[in-house]
Amino acid sequence: MPVDVRLPTVLRSQAGGQASVPVDGNTIGDVLRTLVGEHPGLKGQVLTNDGALHKFVNVYVNDDDVRYLQSLDTPVKDGDEISILPAVAGGMGATAEG
Amino acid sequence: MPVYDSVLDLIGNTPMVDASALSPNPDVRILVKLEGRNPGGSVKDRIAISLVEAAERDGLLVAGKPDQVLIEPSSGNTGIGLAMVCRLKGYHLKVVLPSNVSIERRQLLEVWGAEIIESPGSEGSNGAVRLCRALAAENPEWVFLYQYANMANPQAHYEHTGPEIWADCPEITHFVAGLGTSGTLMGVGRFLKEQNPDVQLWAIEPPSGEMVDGLRNLEDGYIPPIFIECHGEELLDRKTVVRPKESIEWTRRLADIGLFVGISSGAIMAGAVRCAEQIPPGEKATIVTIECDDGWKYLSTGAWTEDIDEVVERAKRIIYF
Repeated sequence: MPVDVRLPTVLRSQAGGQASVPVDGNTIGDVLRTLVGEHPGLKGQVLTNDGALHKFVNVYVNDDDVRYLQSLDTPVKDGDEISILPAVAGGMGATAEG
Repeated sequence: MPVYDSVLDLIGNTPMVDASALSPNPDVRILVKLEGRNPGGSVKDRIAISLVEAAERDGLLVAGKPDQVLIEPSSGNTGIGLAMVCRLKGYHLKVVLPSNVSIERRQLLEVWGAEIIESPGSEGSNGAVRLCRALAAENPEWVFLYQYANMANPQAHYEHTGPEIWADCPEITHFVAGLGTSGTLMGVGRFLKEQNPDVQLWAIEPPSGEMVDGLRNLEDGYIPPIFIECHGEELLDRKTVVRPKESIEWTRRLADIGLFVGISSGAIMAGAVRCAEQIPPGEKATIVTIECDDGWKYLSTGAWTEDIDEVVERAKRIIYF
């Protein structure tokens, strides 16, 4: 079953302008590798050349940062919401406790 | 009660209150440490005094010398804490403030005489950091404390907030706090893990909203240097996003038990409740959370009294975390 992967504005141009892309996979690693395979412009932006998660992006499954779950081995199931976001101060852009 | 020599001596030693009435799990206690009780009204008073005194020790600032200028990016509370400290110590403070913070945050900065330099609201806190770094580079005579990279920030929490929590609640199993500069989580987290490596650290973030849309490339994103230096990725056990609606709902729920807190504290409480829900039945746990500030600075948002959907839309446009 494909899951929807939400992309940040900064990456959409590499994916045909889409805000959200349906991708198949049983783990976050599967999903991201398939995503990069289908949209080669994302190569080096989401995953490093070694296949690790790029340090400037955070990937969330249902609002949980996958780095603190099982990283690329985090399982994905039907209906999960996956978001890729740039890493920014204060978690996310608009806001910082500062 | 002792009589204190200075308002600055009132920073820290904040009380904790039991908020377990809101826990979804009868085996899980939730305690809230009330940082709004600090004299400048937020947890950031702790780092304000720590940053300034570290700069004085390092000779960057000289007590009593006239015409010394500090500059700092802040979406509010750090600026307010620094403004209070600088007023008392006679330093001139310039705060680079995103234009979309609540009006009360701006007013409080003015109370203590800080000069406000606006950064574009659309760029959020990242924009304030960027502008401040540029201004500091152009004016090397100004002292730039840089809360995102200054280890006196987590050190304040390692030396004070963490030990206070441990002294009041050695049975703590989980610590849940907001992630901004990462100072609270890095400092308290490291201290607590040294006492008991089993303590779990949960970081709560607000969602990005539209603000990350302003980024031209991923390298414009920003990981606080403190987070990197403290090995935040290894230290934290969980990082989760709490959305504005849930944040405001829990801000209201906290008022039901008498706690009048800022919206970020509602977000953190929502995170604590999620944490409590994940603890298996029958397993006893004690979650400690941080109330970052009281509700006063958010009255203009209508967070407690107006239609929640309208408040949520408003909250998406301002910086509340």
